[in-house]
Amino acid sequence: MTTPTAVALEDAKVAFRLGDGRVYTAVEKAHLTVAQGEFVAIVGPTGCGKSTLLNVAAGLLKPAAGSVRIFDRPLAGLNREAGYLFQADALFPWKTALDNVAIGLEIRGTPRAEALPQAQKWLTSVGLGAFAGRYPHMLSGGQRKRVALAQVLIRDPKILLMDEPFGPLDAQTRQVMGNLLLDLWNTDRKAVLFVTHDLEEAIALADRVVIMSAGPSSRIIGDWRVTLPRPRDIFEVRLDKEFHALHREIWSVLKDEVMKGYAQSTHAAEAV
Amino acid sequence: MSRVSLLALQVLVAIVCIVLWQLLSTVPVFGKILLPPFFFSNPVDVFEQIVKWFVSGVIWKHLWITLVESILAFVIGSLGGVLIGFWFARQPLVAAVFDPYVKMVNALPRVVLAPIFALWLGLGIWSKVALGVTLVFFIVFFNVYQGVKEVSRTVLDNGRMLGMSEGQLMRHVYWPSALSWMFSSLHTSVGFAVVGAVVGEYLGSAAGLGYLIQQAEGVFDVAGVFAGMFVLSAFVILIDFGVTLVERRLLVWRPTVDGRG
Repeated sequence: MTTPTAVALEDAKVAFRLGDGRVYTAVEKAHLTVAQGEFVAIVGPTGCGKSTLLNVAAGLLKPAAGSVRIFDRPLAGLNREAGYLFQADALFPWKTALDNVAIGLEIRGTPRAEALPQAQKWLTSVGLGAFAGRYPHMLSGGQRKRVALAQVLIRDPKILLMDEPFGPLDAQTRQVMGNLLLDLWNTDRKAVLFVTHDLEEAIALADRVVIMSAGPSSRIIGDWRVTLPRPRDIFEVRLDKEFHALHREIWSVLKDEVMKGYAQSTHAAEAV
Repeated sequence: MSRVSLLALQVLVAIVCIVLWQLLSTVPVFGKILLPPFFFSNPVDVFEQIVKWFVSGVIWKHLWITLVESILAFVIGSLGGVLIGFWFARQPLVAAVFDPYVKMVNALPRVVLAPIFALWLGLGIWSKVALGVTLVFFIVFFNVYQGVKEVSRTVLDNGRMLGMSEGQLMRHVYWPSALSWMFSSLHTSVGFAVVGAVVGEYLGSAAGLGYLIQQAEGVFDVAGVFAGMFVLSAFVILIDFGVTLVERRLLVWRPTVDGRG
């Protein structure tokens, strides 16, 4: 294997100081690598710190211990190689769809006159060519995600970090968005770290599925390679035998963690 | 309900009130006039007074003065509010140090400042502008402060991840957010600019709507007082309408324009 490593978390530990002075360890000894061109999905029960891990890779959070390397260089500050797709709405509400996409280039110093046609091209490629003049509140949740995707991709980042990006969408829209993502990803195969709680989505999209244990102090407890052929169609791939076998295998591990996570969250609620 | 019938009902309310007023101030009920003309005048006299003002043209000068004072108060107050609000929000230490003083000054009824301003700035327009500024400033200041403080965490992180520098965050995130909060209080702050101007005029001046009302009151000319009030109300409604137009233009990106802030 000579493909360079895009993201490498080595024994990363993430801890937060709570209001009462105690320290809450969210993630313990996480060891995770994403090779260039590889699509890795992180799946885990609610509150297991998978988004935390993503924020560490983005440089939005500093690990308490361990190291983060991006293309074999230690990460200092924000990860400049990465584009981040947030779970919540992150578009600038005061900018039109077109301006929201163009801003990615304008920040870099591209003149507006050059950035706008490119932004229009990206909007068209996410299927929103006719919605350039709309403000985010005039778009549906799925359309906003498309704009957000174009906003991130126009900068052509080498790494894509995605935090349950399709979480707030309905089931059908999620599948459509998943296919759109795969189509776009297929053109240049960026390294992707994709966080989700949906195992089916993870298997359908990714090359590797990483499972995390229930928090606190959650760890990575499993790593499966998905060998389903590409290009994939998310609707079709779910009918595949291999898909089912893998799903059953991973679910047998994940299920326990989900139950544990659920029990913990109810206990925590009782303790309060 | 259609716009036309709504407008018809609104006009009807005015007509009923005016007719009642006219009747009660001219026709005796059980041998007694319920609204003595000395205290309540009557709509016909008030209307005559208004017509006289407009025909002779005296009113234009007063309207103009009040308008200029209001605009100056609004512009200066907003500018100060935006700048200081922004500064405080970005510098928590400054905000913490000045916090009690801001609260103190804001709690002060502005009317008591009028004599001081008259003393400092004379009886011309600037003492009225100053009074309006003290009202407008705090509304804008608190809104901008809030606007900068409450920028969505996600939007901010998104800006950072897209590679924005501090300056770019300021321009593309903090600034639009602060302005949107300021615009959402536009009706209130413009209203207060007018209040400042008129109250200032009322307390001591040589021109303006407040001066007109005060003069009429001084000679027990109740018709004049009412006439002044009506002209003032019409003036405020016109300005408010203008603000609504501006707001629609500036806040197109907002889901709902809840202008009353």
